[in-house]
Amino acid sequence: MSSPELDVRYVANLARIDLSDAEIAQFQTQLGRVLEYVEQLSQVDVSHVEPTAHANDITNVFRADEAKPGLEKKAALANAPRQANGLVMVTKVVE
Amino acid sequence: MEIFDLSVADLQARLRARELSPVDAVNALEERIEAIDPQVQAYLSRDLAAAREEAARADVTLPLGGVPIGIKDVINVLGEPCTAASKILESYRSPYDATVIARLRAAGAVPFGRLNLDEFAMGSSTENSAYQATRNPWDLSRIPGGSSGGSAAAVAAREAFATLGSDTGGSIRQPAALCGCVGLKPTYGRVSRYGLIAFASSLDQIGPFTRTTRDSGLLLNAISGQDPHDSTSLDQPIEDYTALLGRDLKGVRLGIPKEYFVDGMDPQVRANVEAAIKQCESLGAELVEVSLPHTEFAVGVYYIIATAEASANLARFDGVRYGHRADAPKDLLDHYKRTREEGFGSEVKRRIILGTYVLSSGYYDAFYLRAQKVRTLIRQDFTSAFEQCDALVCPTSPDLAFKLGERTDDPLRMYLADIFTIAANLAGICGLSVPCGFGEVDGTKLPIGLQFLGKPFDEARLLQIAHAYEQSTDWHKANPAL
Repeated sequence: MSSPELDVRYVANLARIDLSDAEIAQFQTQLGRVLEYVEQLSQVDVSHVEPTAHANDITNVFRADEAKPGLEKKAALANAPRQANGLVMVTKVVE
Repeated sequence: MEIFDLSVADLQARLRARELSPVDAVNALEERIEAIDPQVQAYLSRDLAAAREEAARADVTLPLGGVPIGIKDVINVLGEPCTAASKILESYRSPYDATVIARLRAAGAVPFGRLNLDEFAMGSSTENSAYQATRNPWDLSRIPGGSSGGSAAAVAAREAFATLGSDTGGSIRQPAALCGCVGLKPTYGRVSRYGLIAFASSLDQIGPFTRTTRDSGLLLNAISGQDPHDSTSLDQPIEDYTALLGRDLKGVRLGIPKEYFVDGMDPQVRANVEAAIKQCESLGAELVEVSLPHTEFAVGVYYIIATAEASANLARFDGVRYGHRADAPKDLLDHYKRTREEGFGSEVKRRIILGTYVLSSGYYDAFYLRAQKVRTLIRQDFTSAFEQCDALVCPTSPDLAFKLGERTDDPLRMYLADIFTIAANLAGICGLSVPCGFGEVDGTKLPIGLQFLGKPFDEARLLQIAHAYEQSTDWHKANPAL
């Protein structure tokens, strides 16, 4: 396992969260300690071990490709912070 | 005895005998909540009129007919708030019922009240709620555990007959232990998560908080079973989880995992758990020492896998379809970044950052993939242990309830509070916590939990074992002086 090189400012941008300088400094210290702790996993020999994604031995679950009732438009829009003409409004992405 | 003192089973008997009506039950809880919740602060909101109306229509002949049940504020109930104790969902109203809610209603139960939690179920003390800090009913200066602290405190304080919570790394069992009630985490795949706000999808399970093991089985009967809306729910035979209750422990082999009795655990916890295990032996159980050799790695694996999954699950909170949206964003990137900065609390941000980091290019193999491989070894530990025994018995939490504020500045120390509960989620097995006595700090009694861990889909047996122990003690009858 590589040594922790966490750059909180860079990762916060990947995660699309603004952080204050104080939060960045605090997280840098706190998460640095957490990463030091999880370094212990490098002691484990996993060279012949398959990863577990989840606990059940199932992979894909399919059903017939048939339309089924879902949320009505009104219910689906009820929580949208901005909406117009029966559509969710998104902040402009193209000029 | 007051109405609010009744177990679910006793309440049902009264309802069916027409000595009480479901509306009486709702009213009794409301009165109790008004009297003590200003101190306990378990409830975030409740819709009394809707609950009374539903209670008035309830069919008491159904399995949970007329029984009010409190809901962790992370499970959708049509028309009600579902805040996840986060500012980002402050104004959200659920447009549908979670499957567990639809099933509770089909069984005649009345969802009543929204219970506090650590924001997005991330925490072990319920102090990470954006709204309020729930108190431990046994000592109001102490935490109730978490993340389902409101669900546990409400049952312990007798301001709910039973509640639902969710358990990703111990969030049902640990608060149940610290508040002195019964908390059950079903096997991964046993209960549908449709309508549960997702935290870590390979670990999350919904389960009940109750005052007795029998009530726990009654609630699991109602909520379990495959659901086409959750492809991880499994097609297992429908069982009556109360069917084995009353059988004794003769011939039952209980494994004691030696790694779960560590230096640094509270000596009163250790003493009570050891006495409880002796009690199981005196009831006929055969004790065998077993080893779960990868236990020390469980917390590290968990905080990689759970944060990785959370960082992906919480990407949906983007201020577009629901939830908080930042004012006057200058472009879409600014919209996302300020919406999430303003909406999420500190611990949620911290975990999203960690999860994003362990999944990021260059670190995925070193952290996430390695954690998934160690997870395999942790699962195999349990498979081997269960070849030697029917269930495992151990402490639920290494500590008694701690003081509010004691650990909020030290995330790592807070994470280590889950050391005995996390492995069950990683392995996908079932587990429950049942009261096994009290410690005493500064003259105040604080509950201690005994944890039983069972094989996948062996909840009926797990409840049988816990019931046999519970019925040989009076611990579950003790109530806080509220």
